[in-house]
Amino acid sequence: MNLSNNSKGSMSTPSSSSLLKTTGDAVTDQFPAGLRVLVVDDDPTCLMILERMLRACLYEVTKCKRAENALSLLRENKNGFDIVLSDVHMPDMDGFKLLEHIGLEMDLPVIMMSADDGKSVVMKGVTHGACDYLIKPVRIEALKNIWQHVVRKRKSGWKDLEQSGSVEEGDRPPKGSDDGDYSSSLNEGKASKKRRDEEEDGEERDDSSTLKKPRVVWSVELHQQFMAAVNQLGIDKAVPKKILELMNVPGLTRENVASHLQKYRLYLRRLSGVSQQQTNLNNPFLNPQEATFGTTSFNGIDLQTLSAAGQLPAQSLAKLQAVGLDRPTAKTGIPLPLSEHKNLFSFENPRLRFGEGQLQHLSSSKPMNLLHGIPTNVEPKQLANLHHSNQSLGNLNVRVNASAVQNSPLLMQMAQTQPRGQMLGENAGSHVTRFPSSLVQPAGPNGISNGVMGNGIAGTSNITPVYNHLPQSTSLLNFPMNQTNEIPVSSFPLRSTPGITNIPTKGMFYEEGTSDIKVSGGYVPSYDIFNELHHQKSHDWDLTNTGMAYDVSQHANLLQGNIDVSPSVLVHQGFPSIQQSGQHRDTSSIGKGMFSTDEGMHQGNLQNVGQHVNNLDNSVTVKVERIPDPSSQINNIFSEQYGQEDLMSALLKQQEGIGAAENEFDFDGYSLDNIPV
Amino acid sequence: MEVGQMRRQWVDYTNSLITEGFLDGQFLQLLQLQDENNPDFVVEVVSLFFEDSERLLKDLTFALDQQQGVDFKKVDAHVHQLKGSSSSIGAQRVKNACINFRNFCEEQNIDACLGCLQQVKQEYCHVKNKLETLFRLEQQIVTAGGSIPMTELSF
Repeated sequence: MNLSNNSKGSMSTPSSSSLLKTTGDAVTDQFPAGLRVLVVDDDPTCLMILERMLRACLYEVTKCKRAENALSLLRENKNGFDIVLSDVHMPDMDGFKLLEHIGLEMDLPVIMMSADDGKSVVMKGVTHGACDYLIKPVRIEALKNIWQHVVRKRKSGWKDLEQSGSVEEGDRPPKGSDDGDYSSSLNEGKASKKRRDEEEDGEERDDSSTLKKPRVVWSVELHQQFMAAVNQLGIDKAVPKKILELMNVPGLTRENVASHLQKYRLYLRRLSGVSQQQTNLNNPFLNPQEATFGTTSFNGIDLQTLSAAGQLPAQSLAKLQAVGLDRPTAKTGIPLPLSEHKNLFSFENPRLRFGEGQLQHLSSSKPMNLLHGIPTNVEPKQLANLHHSNQSLGNLNVRVNASAVQNSPLLMQMAQTQPRGQMLGENAGSHVTRFPSSLVQPAGPNGISNGVMGNGIAGTSNITPVYNHLPQSTSLLNFPMNQTNEIPVSSFPLRSTPGITNIPTKGMFYEEGTSDIKVSGGYVPSYDIFNELHHQKSHDWDLTNTGMAYDVSQHANLLQGNIDVSPSVLVHQGFPSIQQSGQHRDTSSIGKGMFSTDEGMHQGNLQNVGQHVNNLDNSVTVKVERIPDPSSQINNIFSEQYGQEDLMSALLKQQEGIGAAENEFDFDGYSLDNIPV
Repeated sequence: MEVGQMRRQWVDYTNSLITEGFLDGQFLQLLQLQDENNPDFVVEVVSLFFEDSERLLKDLTFALDQQQGVDFKKVDAHVHQLKGSSSSIGAQRVKNACINFRNFCEEQNIDACLGCLQQVKQEYCHVKNKLETLFRLEQQIVTAGGSIPMTELSF
């Protein structure tokens, strides 16, 4: 397919390729082979099977057990993955939340999976923007086709290039009607719409889309220019051509602008969609009807949950909205608490989601916690400020938000992480040139926004305070705490300067990620993988847990007596630890209870085991005991670690990520790190 | 027993497991994923499943034993996960027992849940024994220099 070059074309700058992108030379131009897949599932069995299947499809696979790890991985390697597969039910983060995050921050196609085939769950996937929904057990045939989602997403981006009106706006009715077969055809409805549109524009797009263009990095400055142009034109009239003219940036193509615009619109849409969910908001601006649209974005969901959790007083939501809308929140004093910033932002986003018509929602002050999934402790008075500003803006806000759409993902992230958000609104506002509020002013708000961290990021630029904020939001990291707690703001002492590209703290996440990823290294020594997979479980004989940061203490026989397992020989072939020599072991010694033979194997059983073992011709492998608790311990440790550094790194990542957010694939051309203004 | 015989035995045994419903087509998928580059794939995955399941069963036992009140949401979450992993490796009876279990979780019927737990455990033990027997046989075949006749299955 002619997108093959395209898909790899985006990697034209090797230095920018993801860390994980092994130059699959052999498969580089054999799309869909080499498709870079990130699979997230807390079930180790499923994860292993999926990885194996995906490898069999010739995809490049990265495994992740935890959603947070996945997010940090994605943020670190903005263009390192083509598609994400995620389980719905995960302990640390709801799959749908992850879905929203990914959609907003990276705009990657995400496929949900679950053993749950209930209609409501599948519908939830649709409304949250999943490309597809697979029912477990997943068959390899289903995986062989996932590349279509990658292609489709790119194509839809192209489609927008030619059309002045936003394609997505208004043409995204809830896709519940798509199919009887939820599991595999979720995508069809959306796809068909896009296909129709695409077809209208003819095939020439394909040709152009396949051209390798250097990727454009949407830096803060660039985005600010974009926002300024959009605001000047008006979101409804903002067509790529005119935006390009207004921006007057050498080397920028209309396609670059168009794709960026599309993302921005998507973002706006999500915002408005989220806002709709907040039916409990009192804000007059809020249009109750919109709420039904479904908060596909996680913003909305978070807001709802947050609001439901009572985390955010209504006022705060309003405030957030105001801020997001570039309301004169500035006047409330730039130094809005961090939480506010975030809240504003996230709040905005949902609003914008479903079209500008619903601008009003944005301004409505919803006492929702805009932060995505992050319990926001927005203080009432601060929120009040936002509230005021919200009220006045009305439609304008919408616009403003729209312009800030691009940033909103960033903001949202930020909002999510810290309730103390800095003036997210400011960030948003910065993009909106028409607003006199300080929000718009980069300098002022920047200070504030950056100020969240308490730094003077302020001077960095007028560009999108959003970016500044991003660093602050370690939203994803804190997800486990989700609606219940929040990450102490103090842990955010990040210095974020827009455009910062590399944050040293990132390493932390990376480690986390890698611990999961490591396993994906392949089955080289199959035992190693096995070990790694169980890294959280201590083995009685500590083998090669090189990757493990934690030294889980080993407990013997974890499963004692809980399960009435009939005595049986635990035969596990090839268990590394036991078979150090590689092959045959002294079976008798094995039988002797080194291995807990099954949970609660009794003494009698042990003898039996021994006997069985002795009877075996070959080596007998004993199952490794699982440690009952280590995983939970480890998880705790992880979450603790994630506290501060995560936030920092997340924020930092976001900062840099923002610029490059949209450059995932295709048509974005060359990397212009900082197109001179 | 010579290799040919063992291989036939393997085929018959696997066929019977499928016929009797212990395993389903998903297991066959796993077999197909095993090749010379991944020679121990099935054993590895199944071992993972055993570990995971035993942990889940333990957690379930604990959760249902709470005198202060059973957290059915948690129970349901565990069962859901067990259902997912058992279906992933093709342990059909275990999966069905889990489905049954979840129904009673919804009803919040503790006694029925305890019964279901018992049932799940039993099915788990059955399939575990069967699979271990199968793996032993495989090991013997491999040791004797033979290969596992996956293509000769009736399904």
